[in-house]
Amino acid sequence: MAAGGRQVKEQGKPDSAGMDYLQTLPRRWVTVYIPLGIFVFVLLFPFYWMVVTSFKPNEELLARTGNPFWIVRPTLAHFHKLLFETAYPEWLWNTVLVSVTSTILSLVASVLAAYAIERLRFQGAKPAGAAIFLAYLVPPSILFIPLAAIIFQLGLFDTRMALILSYPTFLIPFSTWLLMGYFRSIPYELEECALIDGASRWQILVKIVLPLAVPGLISAGIFAFTLSWNEFIYALTFISSSEMKTVPVGVITELVEGDVYHWGSLMAGALLGSLPVAFIYSFFVEHYVSGMTGSVKE
Amino acid sequence: MLEKLQNNRNALGLAFMLPAAVLLLLFLTYPLGLGTWLGFTDAKIGRGGSWIGIENFEFLVGDSVAQLALFNTLFYTVVASIAKFVLGLWLAVLLNKNLPFKSFFRAVVLLPWIVPTALSAIAFWWIYDAQFSVISWVLMKLGWIDRYVDFLGNPWNARFSTIVANVWRGVPFVAISLLAGLQTISPSYYEASAIDGATPWQQFRHVTLPLLSPIIAVVMTFSVLFTFTDFQLIYVLTRGGPLNATHLMATLAFQRAIPGGALGEGAALATLMVPFLLAAIMFSYFGLQRRAWQQGGDK
Repeated sequence: MAAGGRQVKEQGKPDSAGMDYLQTLPRRWVTVYIPLGIFVFVLLFPFYWMVVTSFKPNEELLARTGNPFWIVRPTLAHFHKLLFETAYPEWLWNTVLVSVTSTILSLVASVLAAYAIERLRFQGAKPAGAAIFLAYLVPPSILFIPLAAIIFQLGLFDTRMALILSYPTFLIPFSTWLLMGYFRSIPYELEECALIDGASRWQILVKIVLPLAVPGLISAGIFAFTLSWNEFIYALTFISSSEMKTVPVGVITELVEGDVYHWGSLMAGALLGSLPVAFIYSFFVEHYVSGMTGSVKE
Repeated sequence: MLEKLQNNRNALGLAFMLPAAVLLLLFLTYPLGLGTWLGFTDAKIGRGGSWIGIENFEFLVGDSVAQLALFNTLFYTVVASIAKFVLGLWLAVLLNKNLPFKSFFRAVVLLPWIVPTALSAIAFWWIYDAQFSVISWVLMKLGWIDRYVDFLGNPWNARFSTIVANVWRGVPFVAISLLAGLQTISPSYYEASAIDGATPWQQFRHVTLPLLSPIIAVVMTFSVLFTFTDFQLIYVLTRGGPLNATHLMATLAFQRAIPGGALGEGAALATLMVPFLLAAIMFSYFGLQRRAWQQGGDK
């Protein structure tokens, strides 16, 4: 029996394949491939539609005849309009600036907090960890009104600083929670050895813990960057002048003029605003997935 | 010596916690308290209000628009969450099969969740356009309808259209999180149950679901939380219209507080969302408890 089992494995059937090989091919098509194909089609169609619309000339966009799924004469006019006749480049710059700064700020604060909670074990570390988790559950939708009042009092209304300081409210809880999980996986022995060799806590953090937690740092970093890039409600509430807006808010509030919708440039704006995160995502898929599932599972 | 170390540890811990604590206390805890306080005042933008008791809440309870917003929020949350759960679980089970290009599919599926919601909502806006909707075009060609569907112009159409957009955005999160849970289930359970003669449905019902239930509880709590407090999709697609039919509590709070200037009333509306959020958090808490108990942990 044992030899038989080994033989099956040697034939190259990994354990994870489970019993799928028992299913016949037509059955697999009906139960797996076709539903999966429909899922992928529906999930990707809006992106295809974004691309098609942003390269379509206006005549084709508003034509009732012809096939809407294809472009007869592709044009760059919408992108030209977006980049040279609107404040879009400024919005892009604002978004980059705000996202990068608030990500770095949150990451530094989160690394220190996560290390303190997970490894320094100071008195009150456990309640602090629980408080971080609760903070993670507070949605921006119930915070933005009082935050607007505070931002106004601090004289930060309509500045990038308002966003840089308010984004950490959702970035820090998330990153700290994520990093706590990573720090937990680093063996105590390493730190103890370093302590015996006379390293200070700061040296241990910088030279031992952080290098070992690099995957966690990347996960937290790109996730924080994506969250701040995609943020909408704070940027909508705290910013009023066009040159301070971020891409999502700018596209929604400035490109729609009255009842005339410039669908081409709206889509071009949406496409250009989505590309940076999609691009980063394509390089760090595994980190995203581990970041997302890690934050849910822990 | 021990005491010195202990002191040292506490001082160091405090110093390390300081940056995060200052930012969170100032911009999260304080606004939470301030929000509740503002709900009891008649504050306007740029002007502190004075205490008016529960007047805001009394007004909102009698306000038909606020009542409609509460109904919409509950309807939106319940329908979208159930759809996200069913479709997300199905997608997770599909992705857990032994597929070619598995990692490619997983990467592609998560895309709707990664891109800015406000921007993908614009794509939906165009897809739902009353005159140029591509869905209407296809249905016309198939001969299923004889005039273009007014997706966002009619109350019930608008409700379901926004729910579809929300489900589109939320399914990847549910699916990928549940997939992570599915991958931890040992194949030997399925082999054992198959030997005992279990059908695929019985395996799913009596092996997959019970083992997955702790993760389902957590994922769905987050999903409900995100859906209940949703703002972007509605703001972009309908701004709460037509006739307030799609106003959620969050969008109504925004409309009353920021363009309308009535900070106090908006804050009261936002405060009214808290009991529901607490219910969701309790749910999550018990989900986590159950997970620790199942693992035999002492957490």
